[in-house]
This record gives sequence, structure tokens and C-alpha cells, in this order.
Amino acid sequence: MNTAITAVATSPVARAKEICAAGLPDAIRRHPGPAFGCFPVYSPFELYHAAGLLPLGLMGAGGTIDIVHADARFQSFVCSIAKTTLELGLQKRLTALEGVAFHSICDVARNLASVFRRNFPGLHVEYIHLAQNGAGDAAEDYLVSEYRRALAGLEERLKRRIGDEAIRASIRTYNRPRALMRRLYEIRAREPERVTASEAFTLVRAGTFMPPEDHAALLEGSLAEFATRRNKRMDRVRVVVEGAFCEQPPVGLIDVMEAAGCYVVDDDFCAGWRWFREDVIETGDPVRALARAYLSRSRCSSTRHDPDRPRHLELVERVKSTGAQAVVFMPAKFCEPALFDYVLFRRELEKAGVPHILIEFEEKMWTFERTRGEIETFVESLLFD
Amino acid sequence: MAEYQGVVHTKSREIMSAWYDRLAAAAKNGTPSACIMISGNCVEILRSFDIEPVFPEVNALQLAIRKQSLPLILKAEEMGYSSDNCAYVKADAGYTFGEGGPSDGKIPVPNFLVCNFVGCNVYIKWFEHSAAFLGVPLVMIDVPFLHPDGKPTEGDVRYVVAQLRKLIETCEKVTGKKFDIDRLREICALSARAGAGWARAKELCQNTPAPFDAYFDSINMMGPINVLRGTKDAADFFDAAVKEYEEMVAAKKGPLAQEKFRIVVEGPPPYPYYRQFRDLFAAWGAVAVQSTYSTVGGIWEWGFRHDPKRPLESIAELMLVNNLCNRSLLQRYEQIKRYVEEWKADALVIHSVKSCRLFSAGQGDMRDYFANQLGVPTLLVESDLEDPRYYAQAMMKNRIDAFFESLEHRKLLRRA
Ligand code: SF4
Ligand code: SF4
Repeated sequence: MNTAITAVATSPVARAKEICAAGLPDAIRRHPGPAFGCFPVYSPFELYHAAGLLPLGLMGAGGTIDIVHADARFQSFVCSIAKTTLELGLQKRLTALEGVAFHSICDVARNLASVFRRNFPGLHVEYIHLAQNGAGDAAEDYLVSEYRRALAGLEERLKRRIGDEAIRASIRTYNRPRALMRRLYEIRAREPERVTASEAFTLVRAGTFMPPEDHAALLEGSLAEFATRRNKRMDRVRVVVEGAFCEQPPVGLIDVMEAAGCYVVDDDFCAGWRWFREDVIETGDPVRALARAYLSRSRCSSTRHDPDRPRHLELVERVKSTGAQAVVFMPAKFCEPALFDYVLFRRELEKAGVPHILIEFEEKMWTFERTRGEIETFVESLLFD
Repeated sequence: MAEYQGVVHTKSREIMSAWYDRLAAAAKNGTPSACIMISGNCVEILRSFDIEPVFPEVNALQLAIRKQSLPLILKAEEMGYSSDNCAYVKADAGYTFGEGGPSDGKIPVPNFLVCNFVGCNVYIKWFEHSAAFLGVPLVMIDVPFLHPDGKPTEGDVRYVVAQLRKLIETCEKVTGKKFDIDRLREICALSARAGAGWARAKELCQNTPAPFDAYFDSINMMGPINVLRGTKDAADFFDAAVKEYEEMVAAKKGPLAQEKFRIVVEGPPPYPYYRQFRDLFAAWGAVAVQSTYSTVGGIWEWGFRHDPKRPLESIAELMLVNNLCNRSLLQRYEQIKRYVEEWKADALVIHSVKSCRLFSAGQGDMRDYFANQLGVPTLLVESDLEDPRYYAQAMMKNRIDAFFESLEHRKLLRRA
């Protein structure tokens, strides 16, 4: 029926869904200008944006690509996102990108940057070492110099100067969708019945495939829609989901989690795209503002050491502040940063008496029955305790 | 099978045992100690305060060689570690920090931990965990990864030096001693001597036959260079090693009765089956003339030396530039390429270990580069450096035999 299609097209969540389903190659095609692929987790998007490049999420391909070549480059014990991302390149679906960026998140991502550099000489491959230490003058000065180095590389590539004014404008542009995503998450923590977990996920994920201005509009539209909803709150377990900050789970898995009786009140899906807890300062030296925000206005992450805010303590605090009753650990299969953190998270949650469950996933998984059963059992044990 | 041990082995054992004795003594009498990692480390700074360095990696590899790692790994998996986590960490978790500290009195509970984050991201997790379980403070030294042009920026160097100064403050607090730069200069001079000896020993492997196996025998020298660097013992050890190897070169002697193949080996060894693995190569007369694993702590063969005139800056240089771990995979390709050319190797052997993604992630691409782009005969075999469950002797033997058979065939054809 035609009316159905029109209805789909006018709902922001449905649009977001279409955009996500179309994936990265389509996002590159849709954008008339040059684009830049950003591997997770956080990337200083504003720098590329100010250079006239559209930052897009270079975040694997889920189940949309068959691995033909990448298995010969990366072994069986390497996470899926590394392989599908490489496969996109080897199948020549990234050639229209101007370049890509990788970051100091794990050993796999670091080596992947090298493999990209060798196999795709046409791409500008940037590797950014994000500071792995607490805030302080030395770390801040360092990060400023690292960002400036990356900028100089882009300037040389593009034969164009990237001025501070342009970076400040990009900071303003990105502060908007980030603030709106914070609003979205506030609603979920307060009234999870208004927005389903997969809706929130889809809306955030769509932002990795589109210009920030459009993303802001999409978010505004959907927030307006959510405000009018009157859904009844159900008897479900409020959970924080932790561990899926890099490789992204299939939407089906998120749906199953809710269907099995959870309200997801917080998560770390697409964590890098909603990295900041507050706006980045819009005045003064913009590169320093970004560096400072990375060090002291950011979320905690398994891919970053921060002596001032140990992650396991922060997780317990977040469980309390969101009123969650349990934690679902959701690491991607073979994801070392997430799997390591599980040990300390588990230990700390047990000390605090917070129940938890471990659900490993792969971006390309497509049957969820077993997971559904596991979560249902977990939920039942909590509801009828 | 071949007898591999020589004077160097015995001497290395002596000075390493003396270090273990010092650790046991520290466990008893409370001499200040600190944990630190092997890769591109700054042990000189600890040494200048007489803080005894503890190396969890050395501990883990010792457990594996003595075939004691598996129960510890299993214990760690019960603590929540995944079968996919680096087993070095798991062995250490099982042994050291799982139950609040090592209980056999062989190593001390450290006063603090120095995480020299040089490339390997697992280092960060490892020491975060030790710190949390043992309840001791952690000093993080965040070393920016080396850029493609091989040059750290001024900002990189300043950042590392600033963090080294912070470490010095911690050392002052723990020991109650004032930092003595002249002492550090003396230690750096000893480090430079050891580095020169190690570089010379490796250079001697350019001879045919090579005087020692630069993969399997290198562990006799990796202890002295990475753990004991900055002591007189280590500097003297390398003088003696060089003398021994020079004599062997003059006498055209090598580690095997006959050197038939010269190989470069990439990746850490399978410590739980060290001897069995080595025998598979010895059976073919294959000698490693260079290896990347021997450079995890530092690369000296290209001229880097600690500089008593610039102690902190040269320590920073080792951390930033001159060690395998802080260099990219492509920089490692270049390193191996130089090894193959300058050390006149016939083939490249990649030992891909599951635990260590720093080494292994992308080694399939490395094989593609060497085998297909450069035409270097390349063998890739898989197991693990710590977890005995991933080593299959029969399969390993088949792969290695098949490879050298075809290599031999090629050699014959070339001669014909
Ligand atoms: S999924 Fe985990 S291991 Fe894989 S690239 Fe991302 S952070 Fe690294
Ligand atoms: S990943 Fe490799 S370098 Fe890192 S701790 Fe494990 S074995 Fe060592």
C-alpha cells in the first residue's frame, strides 16, 4: 500500500532505519562532497569536518557483506568489525572516501591502520594516538600537538588551510546533535517506555551515516514525536548495557533484549559519537577545546585509561544514577578491551550487589533465540526474586 | 637432538638467577620494588633509586617454559577472563594477583606499578588489574605511537619526558631518596655498553654460519638487555657474549652442526613447547639469523644507544622509537625486509600467537606482502606463547617439514 510507504517516509525513526540499513557505501554515495571514514571509538570529527570532509562511521558492515578476502589477512581470533571494515575496502566500496582515521583503542585497530595504508594507497590513513592518561597540562599539550599534527597532514593532502574559525564552527555544529542525543538518553533513563532501545540505537547509529545538521534535525523530529507518546510502563528490569562501544550489535539483538523483559536505561552503543558529557567549548583555541573535552568532559571508556575515573567505579555509579537494577555486559566476540574490563566490572558489581549477565555478540549474528532464553531466565530471576 | 646450550647460556642464567634472588630477598625484607613491562622500558630510572624491577612478563614466560601455566590460566578464566584474552595476563592473574599477591615468596608485592604503555594496549589492562587486585598505585607512562615517518614530534617527546619526571617524583616518595641525575648518567652509560654488545652480537649473525640462533638463543640475551640493563653485570655479560661469538665466527662455528637454511622469525615463541618447536627447525638445519621478537624491548642494531649526556631524552627515545612494540605493522614489514636482505635469509617464518594481537593481528597481510609482493618464501604457523592448549606438535611438524622440503627443492633447482 502506498500510504504505508508515505507513513514510513515521514517518521524520523523509520528514516533512520532506512539510513542504517543502507550502510556506509550508500552514505558515501549519497553525500555530494568528499567524506572521511572514522573507525571507533572516538574521533575528533570536527577536524575533518572543518576540512570540508564529512565524517562517517567506518564501523564494520554487520551482516551485509560476505567475507571473501579479509579472512586471509586477519586470523580467526580477531573481531568481526576489523574484518568487515577491511572487506569493504578490499571489495572497493570505500574508494570514494578521501581518507580514514584509526585510534589508539586496541592492538587490532592499530594494526588495521597499517593494513589499510598498504592496501589502499589512495586513501589518506590517519592514526591518532589519543592520550591514555589523566587530565593534566602534559596530556592536554600533547593532545593539542597530536591534533595539530593530524590537521597538518590533512592540509597537505587537501592543499588547503584549515583555520581555527572553521574548527570552531564545526564544534558548534557537532555540539547540537550531541546535546540532542544526551536528551534522548535522559528520556530513556527517566521514562524508558517512551523510546524503545532499538529506536534510540537506530537514531544514534544513523548519525554516523549523515551530516551533523541533518542528524540534529532527525533527532529533533523524533524527540518531538516521543514527547507525545503515552506508553504504559511495563514490569521490566531496568538495565545498563556495557561493552558494545566499537563493533555494533545487530538491531535484532537489542529488540530481543527488550522483548525478553528489559528496559535499557543506558548503554555505550556508538559511544564515540556521543563522547562528551557536556558541550565542547565554542570559544578560544578550538583544538585545545577539543583536547580538553576529550580529557575531562568525556565518558568513561574501555578503550581509555583514566586514573581519575576508574571505569569499574564509574559503572557502579551509573547504575545507581540511572536507577538500573542490573547490568548486561555485551562485548563483541574477541573484543579484548571489553573482555578484559569484564573482570573488574564483575568484581565491582558483585561488591555492590548488582546482578549482571554476560552476552557476547557478533555484528553479523542473525539468530537470537538462545540469547533470548538467557535473558528471559535472567529477568525472571530478578523479577520473581 | 641438538645440544643448544653454551657459555652465553650459562652466564645469562647466573646473572638472571642473581636477580631472582634479589626479588626473593625483597619479598622478605621489603626492599622497594616496582612492576614494569619489557617493551621499551625505563628501568634505568627505577635502578637509579635502587628500586628492584619486577617483570610480570618474564614471570609469565617462566611459568610457561616450566609447563606451569595452564592451571593458572584456568584459574584466571574462573575469575572472569575470557579464553580470548592474552594468556600472559591470565597466567599472571592466576599466579600473582588473583589471591591478593604471590604466595610462594619468590617475588615481592611491589610498592607500585609502572605501566610503560609502549604499543601494547593489553599492558594497560594488565596493570589496571594488578593495581586493583593488589591495591597498589599505578604510574602510567603513555607513549605516543610512532608516526609513519618514524619521527616523534616535539610534543610526543615532551609528553613522555614530563611523565618520566612524574615517575621520578613517585620514586622519590617511595624511597625517600633524592633523584641523582649523575647516578642515572652512570646507569645510562652501562645501558649503552650493553646495547652496543647486543647490537654487535646480532651483527655477527650476518656471517655464515651465524654464531647463534637469533630467535631461540636470543632469550638468553633478552633477559640481560631488557631486565638487567643498566647494571655492570649486564654490560660485562655482553662483552663476554661478543667475545664468544667472535671466536665462533672465526672458527666458522654455529649453534647447529650445519647451517643449511637461514631464516628470519617473526612473532613470539611457543614457550610451553619451546624445545619441541626448536627441534623442528634444527632437524632441517634452519637457523634464525634475525628475529623480531628479540626487539620487543628495544632495537639496538640500527645504532640507538642510551646517552649519559641526555639520560631522560634518550630513555624517551627508546620508548618512542627504538622498540618493536611502538612501531607500526608496516614499520615491522620494513624491519623484516632489512633483516631478510642484510642478514641474507632464505625465508621468513611467522609464528602467529593467539594471545598477542599486537604481534598477530594482520599477519595474514604480512604474509601476503612477503610471499606475493616480495617473493620471499614465507611460512605462517599458529599456536600460542603461553597457553599450551593451542600447540599441536604433529600439525606443526607437518607444516614445517613441508615448507623446508619445498625450500630445499627450490635451492636444488637454483643450483642446477
Ligand atoms: S571490537 Fe574491540 S578488539 Fe575489535 S577493533 Fe573494536 S575495540 Fe578493538
Ligand atoms: S598482547 Fe602481546 S605484547 Fe601485549 S601483553 Fe600480551 S603477549 Fe605481551
